[in-house]
Amino acid sequence: MNRNVLSRRVLAGVAIAALALAGCSSKEDPATDPSAGAGSGLAALSGELKASGASFPNTYYQEVITSLKDEAPNLKVTYNSVGSGTGKKEFGSGLTDFAGSDSTVKDTDGVPAGTFLYVPTVAAPITISYNLKGVDNLQLSADTLAKIFQREIKTWNAPEIAADNPGVTLPATAISVAHRADGSGTTNNFTKYLAAAAPTTWKLGSGDTVAWPADTQGGQKNTGVAQLIQAADGGIGYVDLADATDGKLTFAAIKNKDGKFVKPTLEGATAALAGAEIKDDLTFNPLNAAGADSYPITAPTYLLVKTTYTDAKQKELVKAFVTYLLKDTKDLAAELHYAPLPAELQTKALAQLDKIS
Amino acid sequence: MTVVDKSAQLTRKDRGRHADRLFWAVCVFAGLAVLIILALILVTTVNEAFPAFSADFFTSTDWIPNDPDGDGPRGPVYGTLAFLYGTLVVSAIAVVVAVPVSIGIALFLTELAPPKLRATIVTLIDMLAAVPSVVFGLWGILVLAPAIAPVYQGIHDVVGGVPVLGSLFGEPRSSGRTFMTAGLILAVMIIPIITSISREVFATVPDSDKQAAWALGATRWEMIKGAVLPHSFGGVVGAVILGLGRAMGETIAVALVIGSSVQITANLFESGYALPAIIVDQWGESTGDFRAALIGMGVVLFIITVLINLLARVVVRRAEIRMKGASA
Repeated sequence: MNRNVLSRRVLAGVAIAALALAGCSSKEDPATDPSAGAGSGLAALSGELKASGASFPNTYYQEVITSLKDEAPNLKVTYNSVGSGTGKKEFGSGLTDFAGSDSTVKDTDGVPAGTFLYVPTVAAPITISYNLKGVDNLQLSADTLAKIFQREIKTWNAPEIAADNPGVTLPATAISVAHRADGSGTTNNFTKYLAAAAPTTWKLGSGDTVAWPADTQGGQKNTGVAQLIQAADGGIGYVDLADATDGKLTFAAIKNKDGKFVKPTLEGATAALAGAEIKDDLTFNPLNAAGADSYPITAPTYLLVKTTYTDAKQKELVKAFVTYLLKDTKDLAAELHYAPLPAELQTKALAQLDKIS
Repeated sequence: MTVVDKSAQLTRKDRGRHADRLFWAVCVFAGLAVLIILALILVTTVNEAFPAFSADFFTSTDWIPNDPDGDGPRGPVYGTLAFLYGTLVVSAIAVVVAVPVSIGIALFLTELAPPKLRATIVTLIDMLAAVPSVVFGLWGILVLAPAIAPVYQGIHDVVGGVPVLGSLFGEPRSSGRTFMTAGLILAVMIIPIITSISREVFATVPDSDKQAAWALGATRWEMIKGAVLPHSFGGVVGAVILGLGRAMGETIAVALVIGSSVQITANLFESGYALPAIIVDQWGESTGDFRAALIGMGVVLFIITVLINLLARVVVRRAEIRMKGASA
């Protein structure tokens, strides 16, 4: 991957920290040494961080952890992709040091308000992928999308789809809708988008799982949905950009708030983040965001960190890890089809870490 | 000299008595542990699932884990009927397909096959039992489902107009992920279990019974019908129940090929859902009552399995009495 960037930094870091490390390693538990984590660089960090949560940013977090291993060989970070719900529960019961979540925390999630902070990390566009012979540049508006996924439109040559695609000859193929069978932040963001952008048409509400019509089909994870779309001519479904790109799916351009049809790209996602209104706790909603270039179905993801860590060492490790993730892995994120935060939001996210005590 | 010997024996006996007691205690503990573990599982899961147990849970076919209108009369609703239906239908298909095939294989192995071939086939069937279920599931979605969809279409075209068959074999799902596909995959998975137990049961039929049938001039089929089957009925029912238990609890393979549509339909060529499949699919992102509902479905599955096992015992006992009465 971007080993070149990393190795340069590693060299510098190692040179400075070599002495400190050598001193530490002779002791039984180097982390208790006050010099560790006191700004002597990543290489001096040692200890273990446990985290679990959202599966949607998992690919990215795993790569961050792998690349961090080169810089901080004594810091062991594990992230288990168990889903946002379980992640929040484990975080709330103190099993993990931080959690990944695609959604904001609700009262029933088991994490008391005021004990945690949100740190936004990346965002990613959710593509509307389809498989229709002879149609390469499909355009869809939110209302049409809502009707397709509610099975009110059942063939590709329906007047609503034709109205979104002037001058395109649409076949009379039957539409087969694929959705996520597992509870998923992707479903949550997609349905939230429909509820926001097509409030009068969309009737299924939003959530990690919703009551899809019986004549739709569920696939396991993004790859399962991608496979269902490819399996039949006339298939359509929602898949995150990374898996849709890997699966060589065709994406539809979606009409955004400003009335422009935009294809899912990382630039479109970053534009949506810039157009979104950021709340004081740093939660934000980039779905259906304003801006001519914004891709409207852009999903945010957060890390949840504790406001107070009883163990000062764990606090330093969490801060160091999140800072590294926010500052040093932007190229990595783009490579993996995740959109990095715009500069302003990144500054705010880093400032959030100072509130940890 | 004799005195010394006796005392040595006494000590040994004494130690033997201790060992005996220890052995007794270990065995009783092991026996009780099974019951205790079962009871604890039932108690804790019922306790966890308690918030979800309502009239809707057992009677509704709606599965709406979110709240569509925010303050809704429409949700959340956790109705489990559609999943229960799917589990029963899929297991029934699996048993209907697997039982004749398994008994056929077992009879072939014990009564017909030449010894050399027998060893090879037994090894192959045991290997089939060792294949992990996820492999069957992946094979199901990547190979079987796409390949079998046209077959479903063909069957539908032929029998679509016939009253009962027409509704059972209705318009098929183009993806091939259906009740029928899940049932067929499960059938393949339970054939090794039913076959190997049936084979062992058939092997216990006394040779004298068979010889007697031959001596009376029975053909091979008459011998099997008159001597082998009555003697082994109980054992074969046991084998089928074990297979059924595996089919009902099978999770990943079913989750992958059943199509994940929440519905009750007589059409076996439609997508559906099953109890274990929805638990494994939706557990990860569930909280609160939603999670309680999923645990509740686990309890339902647990109870059904226990009931089926009890039923099987009754059937076996009755059949044995009847068969013995007839042969006496």
